[in-house]
Amino acid sequence: MVTTFAPMTESVASSVASRPVAVAPSTPVNPAARAIIEIDDVDFNYGAARALYDITLNIQERQVTAFIGPSGCGKSTLLRCLNRMNDLIDGAHVSAGQIRIDGVNINDPRVDVIELRKRVGMVFQKSNPFPKSIYENITYGLRIQGQKNKARLDEVVERSLRGAALWDEVKDRLHESALGMSGGQQQRLCIARAIAVEPEIILMDEPCSALDPIATAKVEELIHELKKQFTIVIVTHNMQQAARCSDRTAFFYLGKLIEYADTRTIFMNPANPQTEAYVSGRFG
Amino acid sequence: MKRFFDAELEAFRSHILQMGERAMDQTRLAMKALLEADIALADKVIAADDEIDKLEVQIDDEAIRYMTLRGPVASELRLIVVGMKASHDLERVGDEATGIARRARKLAIEPPLELYGDLPRMSKIALEMLRDALDCFVQEDEQKALSVIRRDPEVDNLNRALYRRLTSYMIEKPDTIARALELMFISKSLERIADHATNIAEEMVFLSKGLDIRHSDIGKQAVLPTPGSNPPV
Repeated sequence: MVTTFAPMTESVASSVASRPVAVAPSTPVNPAARAIIEIDDVDFNYGAARALYDITLNIQERQVTAFIGPSGCGKSTLLRCLNRMNDLIDGAHVSAGQIRIDGVNINDPRVDVIELRKRVGMVFQKSNPFPKSIYENITYGLRIQGQKNKARLDEVVERSLRGAALWDEVKDRLHESALGMSGGQQQRLCIARAIAVEPEIILMDEPCSALDPIATAKVEELIHELKKQFTIVIVTHNMQQAARCSDRTAFFYLGKLIEYADTRTIFMNPANPQTEAYVSGRFG
Repeated sequence: MKRFFDAELEAFRSHILQMGERAMDQTRLAMKALLEADIALADKVIAADDEIDKLEVQIDDEAIRYMTLRGPVASELRLIVVGMKASHDLERVGDEATGIARRARKLAIEPPLELYGDLPRMSKIALEMLRDALDCFVQEDEQKALSVIRRDPEVDNLNRALYRRLTSYMIEKPDTIARALELMFISKSLERIADHATNIAEEMVFLSKGLDIRHSDIGKQAVLPTPGSNPPV
């Protein structure tokens, strides 16, 4: 039997941009928000090589959580664990512990990984639009899910592009190739594509590393807006970006979680001297 | 790992200490001018105030430059912020010292009024507090900073006692009112200098622990709470 996650709030037709932020009294949008992702004593290996050691942290719903640390510290590996992107790498596996999303162990063999990735979208370092039109980029995921209703697809395209703060810039050229867009626009298109399938969680792996400051500012603004509806986990090498965008920050070093706290604490008064040295640029 | 701009931070710290030394010297010399009725010395103190003002401007400039170009975070950011605030307090100490020197100058040409009472003691305590607070800038020793804060009521009490004594004296001998008022202002200046030392000490707790204890009773507690308590991972 295949374990599937609970269905999304409504059908795809329900708007992304206008989807109401469900703030039930029991699920407040604040630092005490519930943990949507629970990472519990996780070890991770690439074959025999251990990449993560005993990682335990909870990621709160509708907050931005930043993973920081020097190259090779395991932050991207952990990010990719959250939607099992590492399954695509031979020999890569969670060797101990559990990652639970809404209480479901995502590495359980009964979990449908396609369903998982629908709920946990991803935006990569380098924008990777399909060599298709802007419109087709947005609708690709829905089409392969079998959605053919043109009106519904149109609606999702507009709402996704609005959600990614791109609609006004591209509304008159939706059927032109996405490859003709600027780098910043392409990255926001990838975000629009990710939110078109209505995920609950969006993983971002250095989403601004190839962007100029203006495009970076637009993506950061977008992250700030998106967290009203989505839980966002971002890997970044840009300390100021982590400070500006995130609510909580986790610092990793050599595969270990060194410190995890609210972002203000990490950048104002970290408890661990290694964190202090890293955020101050004294090592790494 | 050493960074190419680490020297800027050390220079900033040493300029605060330099300013602190100047402010303490000014207070010490102003009190000497008062007690020895030395007009030339009082004039020297008044003229030197400008140097402290310039140091404040220089320290602010260095702080803004560092924040703009070096993006400080964590303890470095706290150092820069605290440094700017401490320099403002030190500038005010310099102003108080100048005020004392001005009054010392006036009193020096009047018949002596042997009512200095505890002024030398107040000055000694205020200067010790300032010295200890500035030491914390180097040592980042919050316990020492707390001991400075706890001494402030001592100076407050001396100021109040002198105020009462001078008030009685003025009632008894109205011809001394003008001179006694000058002494009251000097006493108040010393009390203010102790207040500035207290402010600096409070800032030093923030520098050392990241804990803001201003306008609270935390400074009176034996053990400081843990700042910015980290939520459980």
